[in-house]
Amino acid sequence: MCTTCGCGDGEVKIDGVDAHHEHEHVHADGTTHSHDHEHSGEGREHPHTHSHQHSYAPAHSHAPGVSTKRMVQIEQDILSKNNAYAAENRQRLAERGIFTLNLVSSPGSGKTTLLCKTIEMLKGKELVTVIEGDQQTSQDAERIRATGAPAIQINTGKGCHLDAHMVGHAMGKLELPEGSLLMIENVGNLVCPAAFDLGEAHKVVILSVTEGEDKPIKYPDMFRAATLMLMNKCDLLPYLSFKVDAAIEFARRVNPGIEVIEVSATTGQGMDAWLAWLERGAVEARGQRQETVDSLRRRVAELEGRLAAGSA
Amino acid sequence: MHEMSLAEGVLQLMEDAARQQDFAKVTTVWLEIGQLSGVEVEAMKFCFDAVTRDSIADGARLEIIALPGTGWCMECSLTVPMAEVFGECPHCGGHQMQVTGGTEMRVKELEVA
Repeated sequence: MCTTCGCGDGEVKIDGVDAHHEHEHVHADGTTHSHDHEHSGEGREHPHTHSHQHSYAPAHSHAPGVSTKRMVQIEQDILSKNNAYAAENRQRLAERGIFTLNLVSSPGSGKTTLLCKTIEMLKGKELVTVIEGDQQTSQDAERIRATGAPAIQINTGKGCHLDAHMVGHAMGKLELPEGSLLMIENVGNLVCPAAFDLGEAHKVVILSVTEGEDKPIKYPDMFRAATLMLMNKCDLLPYLSFKVDAAIEFARRVNPGIEVIEVSATTGQGMDAWLAWLERGAVEARGQRQETVDSLRRRVAELEGRLAAGSA
Repeated sequence: MHEMSLAEGVLQLMEDAARQQDFAKVTTVWLEIGQLSGVEVEAMKFCFDAVTRDSIADGARLEIIALPGTGWCMECSLTVPMAEVFGECPHCGGHQMQVTGGTEMRVKELEVA
């Protein structure tokens, strides 16, 4: 696996092209070694830079009987690297007033269908861009592109989740219009994506009614990390023994503040409430950006005023 | 969950520290792992051994400092112990609980040579 981002080494692909990787290794003798690859094009055009750096740790004192052992304080979160990349993504998105969601669920909950339906219903109102995460294939990105929305596929290879580093690269390859929506569809997995912040405004967990209503307490971390739970495939409720109230009660046991919207991407039931939720988030993201712009403008005007007064 | 990625995160922090603080070998690592962090300690040990092979921490001892889970019960307005993220308040039996401690996953310190 890649030690930079924790993804499968050389396996992460963005739209079929190897993601940029910088590898650094420290060998047992203290030698550090780093090399950097950039791959572009698929076979034909293949510029490849490869540089090595070696540095050697200073010699140690080896006086007999004197231990060279010492303690080093680290006090750092294991996920601090990912969190730093996520903060960078969040900053880039805030600067453009983009409302970003990280959609998480088990495989087969209907995330992609729900996303396609959402994009169709938002046509003419909101611009939506999509980052798709799957272990293999670009089928989901193709389904999204068929709706007319720009999409990019990240293949995580052996990796079980998207991380902020991969998403940062994918963001660089997309045109992200100011004030638009960015939807990141995570790898179908209710466990690992919970821990990895991608720079999103919210995690939205999708639970379909064909699953068990006790999923929130079986996979509590994900339901605790999410702001909103979309209960999908509600059109099937008449044929199932799924208890909606029990599922909501389990989700609130794990996360008392979680919001819940019942939807069906097939019949459109509940979609208005979901779209209204999205709209509120998008308006807020744009508003925050506008506030920043306005305050910067005021500051510039103030400084210009002072300069003019000084030169008069 | 994802202990392999976490073990790689630990190795990366150790390698960064090795560059900044000039050491070539890690002999012991202390990790603080909260009871509610979702980290399986046995899986973490297994993955740590796997990812540190042939690295600066090859053969290093892994010490886990377990931190207790705590939550704030909104009904009782009290901080109470929590064994699971969906745990109930030991006073009122309710589930109106917000996790306040025990989600830590930190590299605390290293013994290096």
